[in-house]
Amino acid sequence: MVPTLLIVSSALFSLGVYGVLTRRNAIALLLSIELILNAASLNFAVFSRLYGQAQGQAFALFVIALAACEAAVGLAIIIALYRTAKTVLADQVTLLRG
Amino acid sequence: MPTSLGLHIAAWGCSLVVLLGALAVVSLDNLFRAALSLGVVLLGVAALFVLLEADFLAFVQILVYVGAILTLVVFAVMLTARAHAATSPDAAPVSSSRQQLPAAIVSVGLFGILMLVTRTLLLTVPIQSATPVDLQTLGRELITKFVLPFEVVSLVFVAALVGSVAVALTKPRPAGAPVAGRRP
Repeated sequence: MVPTLLIVSSALFSLGVYGVLTRRNAIALLLSIELILNAASLNFAVFSRLYGQAQGQAFALFVIALAACEAAVGLAIIIALYRTAKTVLADQVTLLRG
Repeated sequence: MPTSLGLHIAAWGCSLVVLLGALAVVSLDNLFRAALSLGVVLLGVAALFVLLEADFLAFVQILVYVGAILTLVVFAVMLTARAHAATSPDAAPVSSSRQQLPAAIVSVGLFGILMLVTRTLLLTVPIQSATPVDLQTLGRELITKFVLPFEVVSLVFVAALVGSVAVALTKPRPAGAPVAGRRP
């Protein structure tokens, strides 16, 4: 049962990549990135359980903490962007286009 | 892990919930519903952590992800709601996603490659190999071997939170300029 969870984590990762590639809304992009990070920490937990090592769980904790940082900074940037550009659609923000 | 039937059923059920929720996250047009589906995914992953006997990870997952990150996301959705409202009544021309077919090909291909690479691992890894990691071992590792990454992560966390406050701070505007979140 434990190794089959690797399939779940790979599928979660692929779904996250699909979301990053298709979504136009910046917040939805962040949600997809959270899916990818969750797949990574699930993978760490699976290998930690398989080999009985605590390192896997420690790194899953670091992944979760950094995901919190990423969400906070990303959402702050999105709100600042909404104030400046009046849109949250990632492909409509062309402030830097030459 | 005791490989009883109930645990298997629970694992498959949680996996199904996680994958269906992830599908909803990447496909739903309504952003608020997508965020709530992300909550379902996060709770499902927490349940998988419990099944993997990583209880502490499950608690952290629920506290940090469901408690903090999801709340942040929902607030961001609400703060930018006027942007969605402004685009959605025009309905059809503004789609919430683009280039679905190439993206589907890429992600299915990625999944295939991942499965191909981990195939040997899935077949050869011993199912019933190790004892589960207990909380004391994890805590001892965190304050001995991983004390430097641990401290660096907390510094990064403080820096990121202060930085996000600085980025999102409302600056004083010239008169007449619209300010987000305030009704005219």
